[in-house]
Amino acid sequence: MDIAVKMQDIVKKFGDFVANDGINLTVRKGEVHAILGENGAGKSTLMNILYGLYHPTSGKIFIDGKETTIGTPQKAIDLGIGMVHQHFMLIPPFSVTENIVLGMEDTKGVVLDLKKSREKIVELSKRYGLSVDPDAKIEDISVGMQQRVEIIKVLYRGANTLILDEPTASLTPQEIVELMDIIKSLTKDGKSVILITHKLKEIKTCADSCTIIRHGKYIDTVDVKVTSESELAAMMVGRDVSFSVEKEKREPGEVVLEVKDLCAKDYRKVDILKSLSISVRRGEIVGIAGVDGNGQSELVEILTGLKKADSGSVSILGKNAFNVTPRQSFDMGITSIPEDRQKHGLVLDFSVAENLILQNFEKEPFSKSGILNDKNIEAHANKLIEKFDIRPKDSAKKAAKTLSGGNQQKVIIAREVTNDSDLLIAVNPTRGLDVGAIEFVHKYLVEQRNKNKAVLLVSFELDEIMNLSDRIEVIFDGQITGEVMGEYADEKELGLLMAGGKKDE
Amino acid sequence: MSKKNSILSSNAFYTLISIIIGFIVGALLLSFAKINPMVAYKQLFNGIFGKPKFMAWCLIYAAPLIFTGLSVAFSFKTGVFNIGAEGQFVVGTLTACVIGILIKAPAIIHIPLCFIGAALAGGIWGAIVGILKIKKGVNEVLSYIMFNWIAFYLSNFVVNLTVIHKEGGGEATKDIADTARILAPKAVIAATGASAANWGFILAILFAIIVWFIINRTTLGFKLRAVGFSNSAAEYAGIDTGKSFLTAMAFSGALAGIGGAIHLMGMSGRIPQFAGQEGYGFQGITVALIASSNPIACIFAGIFYGAMKYGGGKLSLVNAPSEVVDIIMGIIILFIAISSLFRNLFMNHGKKGAV
Repeated sequence: MDIAVKMQDIVKKFGDFVANDGINLTVRKGEVHAILGENGAGKSTLMNILYGLYHPTSGKIFIDGKETTIGTPQKAIDLGIGMVHQHFMLIPPFSVTENIVLGMEDTKGVVLDLKKSREKIVELSKRYGLSVDPDAKIEDISVGMQQRVEIIKVLYRGANTLILDEPTASLTPQEIVELMDIIKSLTKDGKSVILITHKLKEIKTCADSCTIIRHGKYIDTVDVKVTSESELAAMMVGRDVSFSVEKEKREPGEVVLEVKDLCAKDYRKVDILKSLSISVRRGEIVGIAGVDGNGQSELVEILTGLKKADSGSVSILGKNAFNVTPRQSFDMGITSIPEDRQKHGLVLDFSVAENLILQNFEKEPFSKSGILNDKNIEAHANKLIEKFDIRPKDSAKKAAKTLSGGNQQKVIIAREVTNDSDLLIAVNPTRGLDVGAIEFVHKYLVEQRNKNKAVLLVSFELDEIMNLSDRIEVIFDGQITGEVMGEYADEKELGLLMAGGKKDE
Repeated sequence: MSKKNSILSSNAFYTLISIIIGFIVGALLLSFAKINPMVAYKQLFNGIFGKPKFMAWCLIYAAPLIFTGLSVAFSFKTGVFNIGAEGQFVVGTLTACVIGILIKAPAIIHIPLCFIGAALAGGIWGAIVGILKIKKGVNEVLSYIMFNWIAFYLSNFVVNLTVIHKEGGGEATKDIADTARILAPKAVIAATGASAANWGFILAILFAIIVWFIINRTTLGFKLRAVGFSNSAAEYAGIDTGKSFLTAMAFSGALAGIGGAIHLMGMSGRIPQFAGQEGYGFQGITVALIASSNPIACIFAGIFYGAMKYGGGKLSLVNAPSEVVDIIMGIIILFIAISSLFRNLFMNHGKKGAV
């Protein structure tokens, strides 16, 4: 097979920090090449070099056998390289169509011809089974659909080599299967796909070869067919990793959260929750399994006070918690690990120490009579940084935006677990995290359960739901359509329920 | 981060470069106008540093600018762009003027009364815009600008009321009572030779420290900054974002209002009928930008602008237009605004860091 992309001895330094230290990558035409590494290992830096966002300090890049310097994303696009970033590069108030055509709009004279563009997009979306609403605004659509928009954006630009940075992080199991089909049809066409992922299972199912990077250094390139998941994991983190979650058996206690007949509309005024009922008791993790867009986001928004429901009832430990404000929700004992950690979980420009007291800054010992106590705030931060292994160790006064995704999530978890509320809601808590960080998040969710707290887990990762939950509730079309006890969960059965099928009684 | 990088990433470095570029562009324009820039800048320099009296005048000019600068800087820190400081300054001046003329009281009561009135007027002026934004979703920049004009015409209306207007002609109000003036002791005035030497500058420093303290050290400031940086995360954490915006906009308005009172009670003593907007509020935007919204830096940025304004007034002595100063200030702002571009160029995309 011909070589599509070859990167040789790539070195990239940021000041004194070496992000890439002599990395080699050879991607053949028509193959799926996975790049595996922990957060901060240098995968994204390497891809940003290939996509022209960074200039390598040294090293050579060959595209289709010709040595080239890329320099700008435009040049990369011209060379047939397209990239879907992990953090979406979309303009929220613009429509899906406008976002996709941005920079290469069809025009009639000087007037935009969005109709023509829209047709092309609908065609692409049909061909690859990437369902999007071309007229919806980005700010109104789910994270899952935003991802699909990003993928179409790259296809729209006619890329031959697609870089997908954590493409499945927000997709549902069904959508992942569909994406795998898309990837297959792309490679059949002779296109190459570079897949950046932490998910070993995906690498096993769809990649042909895999390059492993650790701490900026090139470790190895392996043939996926003959390498096991645990071998891959060990190469990535440099030690053996446990996949299963240790969980002692417990009897759940009193009911903490009781939701009955909850009804609500979404932003389009369409019914999104249709008489939904669910309860969570002390000492249990209840997992909500479902395809994105079936009402899980709205349910969490109502519980945390960001959205108002139309009817129904919500109670926390017997107290009415229907249509509360975010403050009331927190004061009644609900804390949450939000779906979008950068939008809702953290004030990115605030320091780690400030983020760790975001709900409690008005309480002692962090402040007294309206004056902040910096010494206590910093001591609190350092204590949590130590306990939750947030890196770098001296990050108390650093802005949260300087931390890696995994460490940002650790900050949120440190804060919410320390709040020690009766109910912890976690929404896709391991999205975009590497194996080590996932292990960490899971450990703390189980720990909360073992401390006799109630945990409500919403996740699009079926594995995560099945591994952690004591009880699984399947959500479909705004209702709970099935309940499965965690130990008896079966992927096929859940998949069927999530797609709207009925459970065999 | 290495020392070189920490310099290259600091705001102060780019502000300094922007100031230098501002003067270079100013020199070019002067050359086009067939005026020797060296002569003009020498005149500017002497006009500022030539005598202690000149320097005192620069500080007198600086005081109201520091206040409007603080007003805008405070709004920036809380996620709002207070382009309405101009109107808040005007209603502050107006309220202090009316109280200063109509009320008879000893200085110890009269002065605080004027300040409180001015702060309330400016605060309410800002809060109305805040309420429109929160309750009705009206874009605050739009309503701020409209309220600037409402303040402008309101002032001209009040200036012409019989009880306020100067007797026997003149397009201005009566002078405010001496009990409402904040002039420095006679000895200080005599020593500096500046007839309007007043407490304004001292108050400006005091307020800069107060504003710094509120922003950085109080729970109120924490709340306002959280909302300013990330509305969504603040709301999620249970902070009432609407109330925060309103508080921030009212407080910002009050600072501009006090600035107006300082200008009146320290320097002018009366309000003329305006022909056009005086620009203290807009100049406050410049001050805040030069100071990178740091309240303490606003003191120095305010002095800089005050000095340029005062010294610039003397450029006509060498037949150079005093507008050169406005051009220089404009260029400085332009370059500060695009400094992040230079930062990325200098640091070779390093700011994004390793991902």
